[in-house]
Amino acid sequence: MEPLVTPSPPPIRRLPLEGSAPATEVAPPPVSTNGDGASAPSGFTAAKRSISAPQFSIRRMEIDDLSVSYATREAVKSVSMPVRQGEVLSLIGPSGCGKTTLLRSLNRLTELTRTATLSGRILLDDIDIRLIEPTLLRRRVTMVFQQPNPFPMSVFDNIAYVLREQGSRRQRKKALEPKVHSALERAGLFEEVKDNLDHPALRLSGGQQQRLCIARALAAEPEVLLLDEPCSALDPQSTQVIEDLIVKLRDDVAVVIVTHNLQQAYRIADHVAFMYLGELVEYGSATALFNSPREQRTREYVSGAFG
Amino acid sequence: MGAPVATPPASTGPTAAPPKQPTKAVEGSATWQLSDRIGLAICWALGLLFCAIAVAIVVYLLIQGLTYLKLSMLVTPATAGFSQSQTGGFSDALIGTLIVGTMGIAIALPVGIAIAVWLVEYGRPAGLARITESTIEAIAGIPSIVLALFGTVIFSSTALGFLSRTTEGIVFGRSFFAASTMLSLVALPLVVASVREGLNAIPQHVREASYAVGKTKIATVRRILLPTARPQVATGAMLGLGRIIGDTAIIVVLLGATQNFAPVGSTFPLNYLRGAGTTLTNFVYEASPTGNLNQPQKAYAAAFVLLLMVLALNAAVDVVHRRARKAGTWSH
Repeated sequence: MEPLVTPSPPPIRRLPLEGSAPATEVAPPPVSTNGDGASAPSGFTAAKRSISAPQFSIRRMEIDDLSVSYATREAVKSVSMPVRQGEVLSLIGPSGCGKTTLLRSLNRLTELTRTATLSGRILLDDIDIRLIEPTLLRRRVTMVFQQPNPFPMSVFDNIAYVLREQGSRRQRKKALEPKVHSALERAGLFEEVKDNLDHPALRLSGGQQQRLCIARALAAEPEVLLLDEPCSALDPQSTQVIEDLIVKLRDDVAVVIVTHNLQQAYRIADHVAFMYLGELVEYGSATALFNSPREQRTREYVSGAFG
Repeated sequence: MGAPVATPPASTGPTAAPPKQPTKAVEGSATWQLSDRIGLAICWALGLLFCAIAVAIVVYLLIQGLTYLKLSMLVTPATAGFSQSQTGGFSDALIGTLIVGTMGIAIALPVGIAIAVWLVEYGRPAGLARITESTIEAIAGIPSIVLALFGTVIFSSTALGFLSRTTEGIVFGRSFFAASTMLSLVALPLVVASVREGLNAIPQHVREASYAVGKTKIATVRRILLPTARPQVATGAMLGLGRIIGDTAIIVVLLGATQNFAPVGSTFPLNYLRGAGTTLTNFVYEASPTGNLNQPQKAYAAAFVLLLMVLALNAAVDVVHRRARKAGTWSH
């Protein structure tokens, strides 16, 4: 029987390129618990950071000069940035600035929109994701959506569906049990639902549903986890639980989270990318970007001048 | 200033008691114009009228049916005779109804589901999807007697002779196969519409959630979308079934409307399916005062059985929907 809980510290799965173990790329950003000492005060009333400096950070994905247009409208304009395991990357910006499009490009979900065209490259462990079969890629880069959307089946089956081969129903319940339990465990949901695994998932509370969706995304054993405003439909308490969970996950998977909530980005992100009208305005460590932004627009946005 | 005075219960400000809620939240009609009042009265009157009509039909048939229906009628086939006591029952018609219902829906359901899935989930090229849609609508609009007439052309062709009685090279073209196939066209639009409605009600992000864990489109359709739309699939099937067992024109033209089974050959059950027969609707027609048999009591009895079947289908639709509502759904 394999252990249900991921041992700590968690192993880094599927590292790029045999032989050359990638070294930590960036020095962990200095963590100041509050916004004092900033050279150009941004006026951002900081929340408490709920995370410490990352223990390591490895480049997993690389967005390279990516542009995405829907028909004639350009939603993302030549954006480049890295995505690192061991860190939480947060995309912020006003509505319609292209953050969700950027996120959906990372596992090729944008391709499902017929009018969308992409240019530039996205690399996953130095391999262009266009060369990876979409279904394979989407198992390595899974996604959680804004609305909690468990499938209308039991809690158990929601996870089992991910574990099974495409549409097949082979693999008995017993065989899948350890993996289902461990996925729920990693999403911090197991204790709450362990007696009700057969209950319909849509009967769970909103926060539990969203954690089930995270468990579902984790069940595929991804390397990158994309979250599209995962807390926007939830109450503050559930938000807190999910934020803690995200921070816990960052050593296991590279986490990219789109959020409208600046406080949330400050609380949980290591790096923050501010996008505006499809452009990447500023990319930097959370503390730097919020407390001493380099760009005028970033300063205005984080101080609440527009949004 | 002076010593703080004890604050009297605030009548204004943040600590004031909430204003009394109006006791009646429903808008009264006191301020309505005369034309609005008349309109409302007409709506009520019409609603009650339709309820009354429905109740009258059911109650009348219930009384007639319970008076004349004998259980022996359900198991005795019709026979020739001079009085109503000699002519037997309508077991062949009852079984005939079950056969065309089963066969018709067995064809309409898979085809209808396939069409609906293709229209909603694939639908490319768009032109073909539009043509398919209008075709389905056209079929829904064609009177069943016209479908029946068209069916005679198809099923009397030599190539399809194996589906019905053939004598000296002339294809009779009337059989359960022929009738059920054309009846499935009657049910098809209802199945397609219902399944489409079910699929369209599923939010896009649910599909994407399945794609986002590496599932293919076809796996998503099979394991997520169709199971989610199951209530609507069942509804479509039952509405279609109701339409099939209620149809008379196709039975008369394509089933031969004999009062008994007329099997062809000897391989069971193909001999019955290749032969002519009858259904309850046709029996009611023939037994009614305008029909050849003219035995109105049995017509009432058969109509009562038919009505029970349709009511049972409606009740089943209701149960399916209630159960689906209990399972919960997404917040949009």
